[in-house]
This record gives sequence, structure tokens and C-alpha cells, in this order.
Amino acid sequence: MTGRPPPRRRGWSWRSQAFRGLVYQVLAAAVIGLALWFLAHNTVENMRARGIQSGFGFLLQPAGFDIGESVIPYDALEQNWKAFLVGVLNTLRVAVVGIVMATLLGTLLGIGRFSRNAIVRGLCYGYVELFRNIPVLLQLLVWYLFFTDVLPPISEPLSVGGAFFLSKAGFSFPVPVWGLGQALAAAGAALCVPIAWAYRRWAIRQFELTAKARSTFWAPIAIVIAGSFAGWIAGGAPTAWNYPVAGAFTMEGGASATPEFLGVLLGLVLYTAAFIAEVVRAGIASVAHGQVEAAGSLGLSRGQTMRLVILPQALRVIIPPMTSQYLNLTKNSSLAVAIGYPDVVSIATTALNNTGRAVECIAIIMLVYLITSLSTAGFMNWYNARAAIKER
Amino acid sequence: MASVFQPIPPRPAPVRTTGYVAWARANLFGDWRSTTTTIVLALVALWLLPGMAQWAIFQAVFHPSLESCQAARGTGACWAVVAEKYRYIILGRYPYDEQWRPVVATLLLMGLLGVSCTRRFWRPWLVPLWIAVLAGYFVLMAGGVLGLSKVTTDLWGGLPLTIMLATLGIVLAFPLAVLVALGRRSKLPAIRTMCIVYVELVRGVPLISVLFMASFLFPLFMPVGKSPDVLLRVLVGITLFAAAYLAESVRGGLQAVPKGQVEAAATLGLTYWQTQRKIVLPQALAMVVPAVMNNFIAIFKDTSLVTIVSLYELTGSLGLALNADADWRPYKLEGYFFIAAIYFAFCFAMSRYSLWIEKQVSVSRTR
Amino acid sequence: MKRTPIALAGLAAAALIAAAPAHAGKTLDAIKARGQLVCGVHTGLAGFSAADAQGNWSGLDVDVCKAIAAAVLGDAGKVKYVPLTAQQRFTALQSGEIDILSRNTTWTLSRDASLGVNFVATTYYDGQGFMVPVKSKIKSAKQLKGATVCVQSGTTTEKNMTDFSRANNLNLKPVVFEKIEAATGAYFSGRCAAFTTDASGLASVRNKEAKNPADHLILPELISKEPLAPAVRRGDDEFFAIAKWVIYGLVESEEYGLTQANVDKMTAESQDPVVMRLTGKSEDMGKHLGLERDWLVKALKAVGNYGEIFERNVGPKTALALPRGANAQWNKGGLMYAPPVR
Repeated sequence: MTGRPPPRRRGWSWRSQAFRGLVYQVLAAAVIGLALWFLAHNTVENMRARGIQSGFGFLLQPAGFDIGESVIPYDALEQNWKAFLVGVLNTLRVAVVGIVMATLLGTLLGIGRFSRNAIVRGLCYGYVELFRNIPVLLQLLVWYLFFTDVLPPISEPLSVGGAFFLSKAGFSFPVPVWGLGQALAAAGAALCVPIAWAYRRWAIRQFELTAKARSTFWAPIAIVIAGSFAGWIAGGAPTAWNYPVAGAFTMEGGASATPEFLGVLLGLVLYTAAFIAEVVRAGIASVAHGQVEAAGSLGLSRGQTMRLVILPQALRVIIPPMTSQYLNLTKNSSLAVAIGYPDVVSIATTALNNTGRAVECIAIIMLVYLITSLSTAGFMNWYNARAAIKER
Repeated sequence: MASVFQPIPPRPAPVRTTGYVAWARANLFGDWRSTTTTIVLALVALWLLPGMAQWAIFQAVFHPSLESCQAARGTGACWAVVAEKYRYIILGRYPYDEQWRPVVATLLLMGLLGVSCTRRFWRPWLVPLWIAVLAGYFVLMAGGVLGLSKVTTDLWGGLPLTIMLATLGIVLAFPLAVLVALGRRSKLPAIRTMCIVYVELVRGVPLISVLFMASFLFPLFMPVGKSPDVLLRVLVGITLFAAAYLAESVRGGLQAVPKGQVEAAATLGLTYWQTQRKIVLPQALAMVVPAVMNNFIAIFKDTSLVTIVSLYELTGSLGLALNADADWRPYKLEGYFFIAAIYFAFCFAMSRYSLWIEKQVSVSRTR
Repeated sequence: MKRTPIALAGLAAAALIAAAPAHAGKTLDAIKARGQLVCGVHTGLAGFSAADAQGNWSGLDVDVCKAIAAAVLGDAGKVKYVPLTAQQRFTALQSGEIDILSRNTTWTLSRDASLGVNFVATTYYDGQGFMVPVKSKIKSAKQLKGATVCVQSGTTTEKNMTDFSRANNLNLKPVVFEKIEAATGAYFSGRCAAFTTDASGLASVRNKEAKNPADHLILPELISKEPLAPAVRRGDDEFFAIAKWVIYGLVESEEYGLTQANVDKMTAESQDPVVMRLTGKSEDMGKHLGLERDWLVKALKAVGNYGEIFERNVGPKTALALPRGANAQWNKGGLMYAPPVR
């Protein structure tokens, strides 16, 4: 090569890339800053000119309105923040139950696409195409209409064995009367969870050492159930159940899910399951076919191949898109407001109208979803890192 | 050694592996489990299908007659509600005598979409064509010129509004998305941060909160009386929302462009923008076309949410058509099925197109 | 990189601002410059504000808009109606999107004091009630123990209902809907044992939207006071005065027998000093408000006096069939008492 050293980079120049980069950045920041300032300034100015009160102080004032369903005890005389909390918990309730159910249904549908039976394949395909091509809001509305319009009135509910009721008041089911037996059963189950977990760890280690397979799934579950059963026996084996009975306006006794909750849940689960099925299908399809053949030559059954070979590998491909489906489900739960389920959006709009704090209330909605989204994404990233291929 | 030709008996023909019988044997009666499934499902179908067919077709009322619908209540569907109200459901509150205008305008827009989806027409003149068609669209819809009577935006509704919001939302979001995607990969920290914050912020909140903001709050952010029309505000909200999702798709495409391409461009002495425009984007965008289609489908479905902020697109106009009419309100379920079929037809067609274009694109890649 | 879209957005925003109707300071000047009154109304409540298939608006709240447009611009047709949901209404007014909010809105202290709006004058004295299906055999709201009640959100109704429920130990369960159509839809489908809103709203829903009005009963209890009043933006006293006095003028016209039909004749012939002031024959009252001399005559010709507005939209001869009740003139046992136009 030539002996001349490359020209020394000068520290600074009008024409240098670094300087231009700086200019771009300063300009962009300035324009965005100005735009934000413009909007904020207008808002403050508008509020001042009309004497609109603002601030988050209203959260400490009494809410003054009732909420149809709540996970925690709530009274209309409590403060607004408690009402918001009720809304957030209602959102989380429908989101968590929805995520679990949608995952189960979606995984089954996704695996079903690889069934040997053509009818099963066709049904799974038809389901996915049908449900993912119709807006989720429309699905919610249809389910809600189904629950409130098509089902019989409370006075003559559909009943299974006199214990489960389905009517315009929702789905009612019996719950055990809470007593010593139930408390001890719960305590027993809680006590056995660490034992079951320890057993599972031990079984896996033994398998790795001696290749002697022990049950790592059913046995721990059996341990927990046994613990719970023992607690129940110790508590005198109570068998009293609280059965729902049709009252004048609602089903009294037992426990029930309102049509609003069921409508949101069913709509979200059926819609999201279609997307999860596609995620699972793509994940399974991404596993090299050689893996299946190798599993076959080892003599694994189809079920075993799926459980031990394909799904663990597919999981790596599945987790990231699955995360975004979970987030979508959570965000879509905000549509509950259209069918009267008291989620955080519904509570916020009520509070907004009672207090007039529009900016604050909508900011709270956004913040709640942002925090939920970011923390779900964080958890799934952690899980993804665990499931990723360990490079050795 | 004389040997006599001794024919050996012919081997039996192999089991047929093609044809209906063989297909059915392999796919329906492969083993005992498959066979059981087939039989069970067939029984379930026999049990359910006749009832459904009775309800949906044989006992259903098709001609717009309220009396027959009331007579058939509970036994047959009342498709008459569609026959009676289809104009209101599809076109919303647009003045009755002027309803040819949204029809023509929407057909124009759909024709343009069809042209844009055909690879043969991916030429520079598509851009002016878009501008021309959009101008024509708004002239037809809003009127006030060329002897067309003026129709204010609160009267726009139904399918034309759905298609317009989805189309404009995605078309306007696209350039923004490309810039944000480039910004997110930029080496300039301030710009990268801003793009990341924008994308994550928007993707972290539900569309409905963005619509609330556009519909209720935005007027408060502007000087008194300077706030644009609510339809425009909602359109901007949808655009900003779609852009964040689209940006992530585009970023995926950008990442798939091999690094060597950029390095090769740099050795040729191309500037940043030249590299992006001539080397990176053409390759990346071809790869993201299917993802853009999926985004379009998502936005098309999401437009149904604007009914919550009182714009009467397809879902909203159905409510408008049936809620105020006590006679026909009981047949809302049939109305929902009708618009569900419309949504399905659009989304399914688009997803088929998306699959097709994915194949087209990957052909050029695998070659 | 990032600045291009921002610049574009800025340009677009500038274009929009330029395209938006220009407001030059005072509301009255803006209305005159624009040649149009922008009036926020209900999305659809028969008798108060509802649009027909051609997009023509009618109702009591709509007539208030028409009267003001007639008084200010001389033409009751020069109104742009902006249908608003309960959630949208106050921000729409605060932000200047509309000039006046005439959307059966209850006048309360907290709204008056903290929302940046001024309520003008009560146009309808109302109270919140309950509606139930006749076949439920309920005769009194006190029988609704443990019942689910459909409510529209964003109104004073939720709080009233909560108060009533607490006071009578009823444990009512609200099912809250964003839009009134959804709330009434759920009630008609049988989801809720009762539907609650202002009594006038109940009458509107029962008589205009129920399949058979006789199947639904409006319970006798009125659980709150709901003075429904139009509102204007705070900070413009002139327009506030105009809106207020157009309404009072229409009320006083009824008191002194001025009607849509006889206003020309009365202007020419009447020697009653009050009537002569109202019609602008003796004194120019319009001048004080910054209006023409015949401001009230124009409003009367457009929509008639308060009594006529009431009878035409919600009165006994209409589908709503609401009695005059508290909305009668003060000298007929009602609450409609206009301060003197002098």
C-alpha cells in the first residue's frame, strides 16, 4: 500500500457529518418542542381564560357514583382514585382471564391445523379466517346482543341440573359455602406448592443424571391436590354449596358473571384465539421437518413428538408475536365501554363528566394501558430470554 | 441352452394414493382416532346444520315485510331488515337524493386501490393519480362546487366512511412510518430516541384513547375556534396510530436488507439519503408489502371504533338505522350478520391478496 | 429526518387553521362574520333535538338555536348543528367548536363553576325518573331493590341514582353505557329492570322508541331537580346576555300573548307598553344587546313564543305528550318567570 497515512480527521467542520447530524437533531428537537409547547400553551391559556379547574386533586374527592361490578369492595362515598382502581382491576380481570383462555383455545386451534383429519384441519382454518376478519368491536356487540336479547329472562333461566343458570342476568353458578374446611383446603394447597415444585426440580435432576423418567407434570399436581384434600378432610369435609336462585331482578346466591363481562370476555377470547392460532401454526411450521422425522425414528408417538420435540422449539418463534397478541387483547379490552362493562375507560369517562377533568382522565387511561403494556412486554421478554437457545 | 420365456405373474397394482377414495382414507379415516373424530364431527354437523339452515334460509324472511318477520320470530331469520334498511346501513345519513355521490366516490377509491394493488401499475404516475382521485373523492362527498349541493361531514357515514378512513389512514401513515422507521435506525441519538418514544408510546395505548383525544381533547389544545373538523381530527388520530405500527413493519424490512448493500453504496460514494432512496428502501419496501397489507386490514377493522366517538361508519350507521326504529330494532342480530359479512368480504379478499403478493415478492428473493 | 413530517404536519395544520371559520375575538362578531350560528345539540332525542332522514333538525333545544340565529342574523336557517355526545359537549363548548350548547344539559353548581361555561336560562324544568316494563308489575321506584338499571354515562343521572339508592337502601346496580342508544337498546332487550334518565327523556324514549309505549311505565318518583339550560362559553358577557334575553324574551312574549301568528298584527296595533317594548315599537331594546330593533320579532316569527315551542315539540298534542307542569308560566302555577324586558 501507499506509505501516505490517511489524512487526519479534523476536529470540527461546518461540512462534517457530525455537525450536520447535530443540526438535524437540534432542529428536530426544536420543532417537536415548539409543537408541544404550542399545544400545552393553548391548553393552559384556554383553561385559564374560562376558569376551567384542572389538576389531579379530584382523585381525592368523593366519587359519588356506583359501579355495577367490582372485584374489591367499593362504595360510592369513596374517593375517585378508588373508583379508578376498581376500573383498572376490572380491566385486568377480563384481560387475565381472556389471555389464559385465548392461549388455550388458540394453541389447540393452531395444533389442529396440523391434524391428520381433514375435517379438523378445515374447521380450524375456517375458524381462524372467520374470526380474525371481523372487527372485534362488532364481535363484542354481537355477543352482548346474544346475551341480552336471545337468552331467556331471569324469571325463566336456562338451567343445567338446577345449579348452573344462563339468562339475561348472566351466568350463575354455585360456590362452596366458605368455612373451615375450605380455608384448610386452600392452606393445604398453598403448603404443597413449594413441595411439588421441589419434587419437580428433583425429578428433572434425577432424569438428567440417570435418564429415568419421572412424571414432572402430573405428580406435582397430584401433590397439590392431595394437600388440598387433606386440608378439606381435616376441616370436617364440608359439602355445603351456595346455589343460585332466581330473585326478582337478579340471580341471588352463588356467584355469577354479568352479561357485560361475558360479552367482553367471549368477544376478546374468540377474536384473539384466531390470531394466536396463526402464531402457533407459524411457530410449528418453522420447526425443521427433520426434527419430526428424527423423533419418529426414535419411536416417539405423534403426541410425544408434538409435546417434547416440536413445541419447545416452536416456542422460541412463538413468544414474541404471542406477546403482541396478549398486548392487543389487553388494549382491546378498552372496547368494553361500548357494551357497558365498567372497565377503566368507562370509569374514566364517568369521572370525566362528573369533574370536567378531561385532560387528566384521558391521561390516566393512557398511563394505565402504557404501564400494563410495558410491564407485560417486560415479563415476556424475560420469559423469552429464558426460552431462547442457550449457546454453549 | 434354450430357455422359454416364462412370464412371472404381474405384481398387484400399488394402492392408489391419488383420487377421492385414497384422499378420504388418508385424511378422514387414517387411524382409529381420526375415524372416530370424523364420525363424531359428522354427527354433530347432522345435529346442528339442519337447524341452522332452517333458521338462516328455509324459514327466513327475505322480502321486506314486517308482518312476516314478526310471524317468523324465533324460527327464522329476518333478512328483510337488510332489504328494508340496506341504504341507510351502507350509506348512513347522507342525503337520500344525493346518495349516488358516495357510491361513485367510493367506487373510484376502490378502483384506485385495485390499480395500486396490481404490480403492473407500480409506476410514478400512481402518485398524481392518487392525488387526483382523492380530490375527486372529496369534491363528490362534500360538494359545494360544480353545482353539487354541500353536504357537511357529520352526514357522511356507512361504508364510504369506513373505506375512506382506512385508505387515507394507511396512505398518509406510510410516508410518516418510513421516516420514523429510518429514524429509529438512525445513528443520531436524539432522533432515534424521539422515534422510539413515539412508536412505543402509541403502541402502548389503545386506539380508543387516541380517538378520545382527537375527538374531545384536541379542540382544547388549539386556540379558540381554530380546531379543525372532527372527521379530520379523527383521521389524523388514526393516521398517527397506524404510522407507529406501520413503522415497525417497515423497520423489519429495513433490517432484512443485507448490510453489504449499504456498505457497497458507501463505497460508491452515495450520501445517506441517496443510499436510502436508491438502495435500501426499494429492497425493504418490496419485502414489507405483505406486512403493509396486514396493517391495512387491521386499520380497516379498527375504523369500527370511531362509532364510539360518534362518527357513523358502517357499525355506527347500523345502530343509527335500527336503534331509532322500534319495529325493526328486534332484528339487529341479522343486521350485525350483514355488516359482519361485508367486513369479512373485504378483509378476507385483502388477506388473500396479501398472501399472493407475499409469494410474488419471495419469488424474486429466492431466485 | 424527523423534521420533514413535522414540517408537513405544520403546513397541514396551518392550512387547516386557515380553512377553519375565523373567529375574531367576540362570539357575536364571529357569528356575524361567519353568517352562521354553530349550535351543539343532542345526537338524537326526539322532542329536544333530532334530525330526520333529510338532516333537518327539530326539537325544543333546536328551536332555541333557531331563535338565537333569527335574533342575531335575521335568519333561523343559518344554524350549523353539531351533534354531540354527553362526553363531548363541554370540551366542544370550551374549545370554541360551538357557540352555544343547547343539549338538554342540567345546570349544576360544579358545572357552572368549574367547567368554564355559563348556563344561560332554564328552558325546561325536569327531574330524573325511572321507566320499567309494565309486565314487571312495579309501581314505585322503591320496589326496585337490588335491580340493575341501565344508564347513559356522562350525565348527572349516575350520581342522582346513587344518592337515591343510598337514601332508600335499594342497592341499585348501574349498567353504564357510553351512548344513549346502547343504554335504551339494553333496556328494551330486557338486560335491565329499569332505565333512568330525565323524565322528559324517558317520555321521549318511551313514546318514540318503544315498540309499544303502553308496555312501559314511567314511575311516579322524580328523584332529582334537573333544570335543563343552554350554556355559552365563559368570558363573553355580550353573547351570554344575548342568549339569555332571547330565551327570556320568548317566555315574556308568551306571558303577554305575542305568538308566531299574531306578532305582525300586534306590532302594528298593540298599545300595551310591554308589547311595544318587546316588538321594539316604543323603545329599542335590541340596542342594549347589540342587535337590531326587531330582534325578538324575528325570533318569534321563526319559532313562536316559549309556549308554542313547548307545545310543538313536547307538549300534550305531540308523541311525547308531556304536561306543561313546572314549565307553565309563573302566573299559571309554573316556574317560567322571565325578568322584565325593559
